Amino acid sequence: MILLQVIVGGLLIGAVYALFSSGLTLIWGMMNVINFAHGEFVMLGMYAAFWAYTLAGIGPAGFVPIAALLLFILGVLVYMGLIRHVMRGPMLAQILSTFGLLLLLRYSAFWVFSANFVTLPDGLVGPSIDIGGIFVTASKLLAGGVAILLTAGMHLLLTRTAIGSQILAVAEDRQAAMLMGIKPDRMQALAWGLAGASAGIAGALIATFFPISPTVGESLAIIAFVTVTLGGFGSVPGAMLAGLLIGLIESLSAFYLGPVYQDVVVYALFVVILWVRPHGLLGKA
Amino acid sequence: MARKPIIGWLALAAVLLGFPLVFNGEYYEQLAAFVILSAISASAWNLVGGYAGQVSVGHAVYFGAGAYMPLLFYKLWAASPLLGFPAGIAVSVVIAVVIGVPTFRLSGHYFSMATIAVAELIRIVVSDWDFLGGAIGLMGPATPRGWWDLIWRSSLPYYYIFLAVLGLLLYITHRMERTRLGYYLRAIRANDRAARSLGVPVSRYKLYALMLSAAFTSLAGSLYAAKFGFVDPGSALGILVSVQMVVMAALGGAGRLLGPLLGAVILVPLQTTTNSFFGGQGTGLAFILYGGIIMLLSRYAPGGLIEVWERFQARRDAGTARRSAERNGDARAA
Repeated sequence: MILLQVIVGGLLIGAVYALFSSGLTLIWGMMNVINFAHGEFVMLGMYAAFWAYTLAGIGPAGFVPIAALLLFILGVLVYMGLIRHVMRGPMLAQILSTFGLLLLLRYSAFWVFSANFVTLPDGLVGPSIDIGGIFVTASKLLAGGVAILLTAGMHLLLTRTAIGSQILAVAEDRQAAMLMGIKPDRMQALAWGLAGASAGIAGALIATFFPISPTVGESLAIIAFVTVTLGGFGSVPGAMLAGLLIGLIESLSAFYLGPVYQDVVVYALFVVILWVRPHGLLGKA
Repeated sequence: MARKPIIGWLALAAVLLGFPLVFNGEYYEQLAAFVILSAISASAWNLVGGYAGQVSVGHAVYFGAGAYMPLLFYKLWAASPLLGFPAGIAVSVVIAVVIGVPTFRLSGHYFSMATIAVAELIRIVVSDWDFLGGAIGLMGPATPRGWWDLIWRSSLPYYYIFLAVLGLLLYITHRMERTRLGYYLRAIRANDRAARSLGVPVSRYKLYALMLSAAFTSLAGSLYAAKFGFVDPGSALGILVSVQMVVMAALGGAGRLLGPLLGAVILVPLQTTTNSFFGGQGTGLAFILYGGIIMLLSRYAPGGLIEVWERFQARRDAGTARRSAERNGDARAA
C-alpha cells in the first residue's frame, strides 16, 4: 500500500514536471533555443504565489492565474529584449544569454527574498484525501490534476487552433510562414509567453506543498532538461509522458535509496539517455 | 594590423614577469597569482568553448577533479600533491569522454545541458561521499616536508609557477591555431554541417578539443589545491567555478588567444573588490554582476572586448585611409 502511495505521489509531481517542461520543449522545437533560466521562471512562480497569499490573502484559485499572467509577461519581455537579438547570432551568444538570465534572476532572488526557505501553510488547499486506503494531500491532487489538464490543453492549443497552427508553421519554416502572412516575431513572443506561463503555473502549484527558496530552480531546471530530452525536443506529448515517468522514477528512488539520491538518479538517467536514445521517446531522429 | 607582433609579445611578457617586482606586498602578489590562475582555467575552457564553439557550463568538474586528486593522494598515502596532478588529468579526460562522445554527435545545446547535469551530479555525489571528505572537503599538508609539497608562505613562487603554466598553455594554443586541429576547430565553429560535408571528422575533433581543455582545466585545479591546501565541493565543484571560466573568456573574447587573460585581468580584481566591500554577500553580488555582464555581452558584443577594440581600430584606420586618399586626390587635382 505504501508503494502504491509512492507511485501515485510520483505521478502527481510528474504531471507538474510535464507542465513546465512542455513550455521549454515548445521554445526549443520552435527556435532551437534552450532557456537555461526556465527553472528560475518556476521559482518566480512560486514566489508570486507566496506573496499573493501573504500580502493579500489570495488563495490558489487566485494566485495560480496571477503567476501565469506575471510569468507570461516576463517570458514575452525576455524574448523581446534578449532572445530576439541573439537567436541568429553565434551559439555562444544564445547559450550565454539565458545562462546570464539564470544567474541574474536566481541571485537577485537571494537579494530580494533572502536565502531562507518559506512555505505556504499546510492544508491551504484542503485536507488529505483517502482514496481506497491511499492518502493523497489535496494540494498534490490539485497540482497534478491541473497540470495534466493544462499540458493536454497546450497540446490541443498547438494542434487544434488557428494560433497553434501559426506557431507550428513558424517552427516548421519561418520564411514560408511569413509568405503566408504570419508574423513570426509575434508567434515567437507568444511561445515565450506560453512557456513562461507554464512555468509560472507549475511554480504556483508546487508552492502549495513544497518549500520555496531562491535556489529551488536549480534542480527543477535540470529535471526540465531531462524531461525534454527524454520526451524528444519539441514534442509536448513526449514531455507529458517523460514528465510522468521522471516523477515516478524520482519518487521510487527516494523511497528505495533515500531522498539524497533522488536528484542523482535523475541526473544519471540524463547521461544514460544521451548515450542510448538522444532523440528521446517521441522525438524525431 | 599586427605591426610588430614580436615587440608586443615581449612587452606582455615583461609586464607579467615584472608585475610583482613593482607591486610588491602580499595583497598584490596574491591577487596577481589568482589572476593568472583564473586565466589558466579560462584559457583552457577557451580551447573547447571558444575555438571549437562548444559551450561548456560545467567545467568545474575538471577543475574539481584536478583539485581533489592531489589532496586525496596526500590523505591516503601522505604523498606529495605533485603525484596527484597526473591522476587528476586522467580522471578529467575520462569524464570528458563520457560527456563528449554521446553529445558531440548532436547539436551544441545537448552538450551544454549535459555539462551542467554532469557537473551537478558529481558535486552532489562528492558532497555526500566521506571518502572525499563529504561536505567538509580535504586538507593538504600543514607544513612543508620539502619543495615537492609545493608549500610556500609567500604567493610569489606560485605566481611564477602559474605564469609558466599559462605561458605553456598559450604557446600550445598559439601553435594549435596553425595546425590541422586549429583549422578544423574553427571550421566546426563557423559551420558544423559545412565542415562535415568537407570531410572534417567533426565529433572526433570536438572531442580532442574537449580532452585537451579538460586536461589543462584539471591542471589549474591541481595548482589551486597546491596553493590553498584545502578543497571542498563549493570551492572546487560549485557552479561559480564554471561560470567564472565562461565569463572571463567571453568578456575578453572567446576563441581569441589572449581573450581569457584579458577577462581575468578585468574580472578578478573587480570581484576581489566587491567581496571586500560587501563581505559575505559578495558571492551573491558577483553572480548578479556576472549575470548582467553575460547578458550584455551576448546581446551587444558576443565577440568580446578584443573584437570591439578591433572594430573600433578598423573604423579608425578606414577613416584615416579615406582622408589620406582624399588628400592625395586633392594634391593630384591641384
